[in-house]
Amino acid sequence: MSIDLKTIKHISKLSRISVDEKKAEKLAGDLNSIFDFIEKLNELKTDNVEPLTSVAETTLKLRSDEVKSKNLRDQVIKNSPKENEDYFVVPKVIE
Amino acid sequence: MSDITKQSLSELVENIKSKKLSSSEVTKAFVERSEKSKELNAYITEDYANAFNKAKKFDEKPNLDLKLPGIPMAVKDLFCTKDLRTTAGSKILNNFVPTYESTVTQNIWNEGAILMGKLNCDEFAMGSSNETSFFGNVQNPIDKNLVPGGSSGGSSSAVAAQLTPITIGTDTGGSIRQPASFTGTVGLKPTYGSCSRYGIVAFASSLDQAGPMAQNVKDCALLQEVISTYDEKDSTSIDFKRNEHSKELTKDIKGKKIGIPKEYRVDGMPKEIEDLWKKGIEYAKDCGAEIIDISLPHTNYALPTYYIVAPAEASSNLARYDGVKYGFRAEGENLIDMYEKTRSEGFGTEVQRRIMIGTYVLSSGYYDAYYLKAQKVRKLIKNDFDDAYEKVDAILTPSTPSSAFKIGEKTNDPVSMYLNDIFTVPVNLAGLPGISIPAGHDAKGYPLGLQIIGKAFDEQNILNIAYAMEEKINFKNNITDWWIK
Repeated sequence: MSIDLKTIKHISKLSRISVDEKKAEKLAGDLNSIFDFIEKLNELKTDNVEPLTSVAETTLKLRSDEVKSKNLRDQVIKNSPKENEDYFVVPKVIE
Repeated sequence: MSDITKQSLSELVENIKSKKLSSSEVTKAFVERSEKSKELNAYITEDYANAFNKAKKFDEKPNLDLKLPGIPMAVKDLFCTKDLRTTAGSKILNNFVPTYESTVTQNIWNEGAILMGKLNCDEFAMGSSNETSFFGNVQNPIDKNLVPGGSSGGSSSAVAAQLTPITIGTDTGGSIRQPASFTGTVGLKPTYGSCSRYGIVAFASSLDQAGPMAQNVKDCALLQEVISTYDEKDSTSIDFKRNEHSKELTKDIKGKKIGIPKEYRVDGMPKEIEDLWKKGIEYAKDCGAEIIDISLPHTNYALPTYYIVAPAEASSNLARYDGVKYGFRAEGENLIDMYEKTRSEGFGTEVQRRIMIGTYVLSSGYYDAYYLKAQKVRKLIKNDFDDAYEKVDAILTPSTPSSAFKIGEKTNDPVSMYLNDIFTVPVNLAGLPGISIPAGHDAKGYPLGLQIIGKAFDEQNILNIAYAMEEKINFKNNITDWWIK
């Protein structure tokens, strides 16, 4: 298989990572060599194998639905690059 | 008392408990040595002034019943530490100061230890050489041109160079065991669910585990006993009866059945590694263990599986870095432009590469061919181990397919870098515990490690085997302090 520049542009859009032409070419080369290596999995027949989603063979524990952390507003906002009172500030999204 | 930094953790604990040493004296010794060792670049953030204050406070009212009384310690910069910058080795978290503490580090401070600083690592723990860190590569104290392994490279370098008596790392595909092997130190990756992931910067959530990195097995056992707790803040934390590893540690492993998987004899493996493995088998026999040949038929498929599962989970976990809530932001013309520039400028090359792989394998039309396929093969890999453990109590393998390589040697070829983890990755995929112990040197005098893999929750057994073999191996690290002028 081969990942072309168009696919790289598509993945970069989905990943929200901007790439210029030069970077896209380098990424295409890297991803193709990695996927060549990954293709090895196709040697295996897995039609009747159950996928493994978690190695921990326990069911998730339930807990009571209580508020344990309160008044975290200052902590939540503390590391934001830009804020205004209690809000995160982002570039304008409504025309 | 001279040569404080040459003492093991267990000796330091003993000397503080018997009041031969104070926490302040010990902290001063490790801080001074760390200050003289800046060339190694093991630290990202130093917190020495706070460490001195905490040591002084400890000495004023020492609680000598604790397991790590007044012991100074630096930790991998992937653990969130309240009020102290936590970067995960990334530009995107360069200015991030957590408002909460990871459970694993909290457990350590609860037992009396004192934070000295945060140790360098590959960016978001993605790397095998510490070269992907935004804060520069780390030198291996064995030789200045060598990588210390990764991703816990600052941790392995700092323990080997005795800048900290002990440390913790994280291991998603080998990030504790490979750097331990490259630096002649001991590293344990616990069973998935043993140590809480709360407050650890997430890479691949179904694989990540924290674990101890130490100078010897006894120290490793003591720290593992401290960090392994059930934690309701991590939904995959498992509530099982935990051992008191340091108290239960024994060299009596007579009659233990140790499996040797033939599939780990990979093509192109250097003869030195093969010889080390044979020597390891002899040591295990000398300790009274019974050696049994086993087969783990899907071993060769572990790395390709890992390079689907880990990037897929990473692409999802790293979606949170958007320049809005915390971390670095690049300005953009609109919201999407801001996201794309922030992530393009904030993440390094390897992290971007893995996010792109992960996004691709999860994207519409490819999910079944890649991600679902990988989850199925992951099941086969786990079944291999389950079958093997019908016959044996533990498995012995080399830790890595080579000794430490040179800085810059593999940076241009991602696949050759990934091959470093060929012996460690299957253990993460199956959620098992594995420990790397130093077992010899290659012709260049660089350390080589052996890995002992256990059944799930059977850390005590592999610690015991490691403890018994350690005595027979009697490994000595060749560290000359070349970096201290």
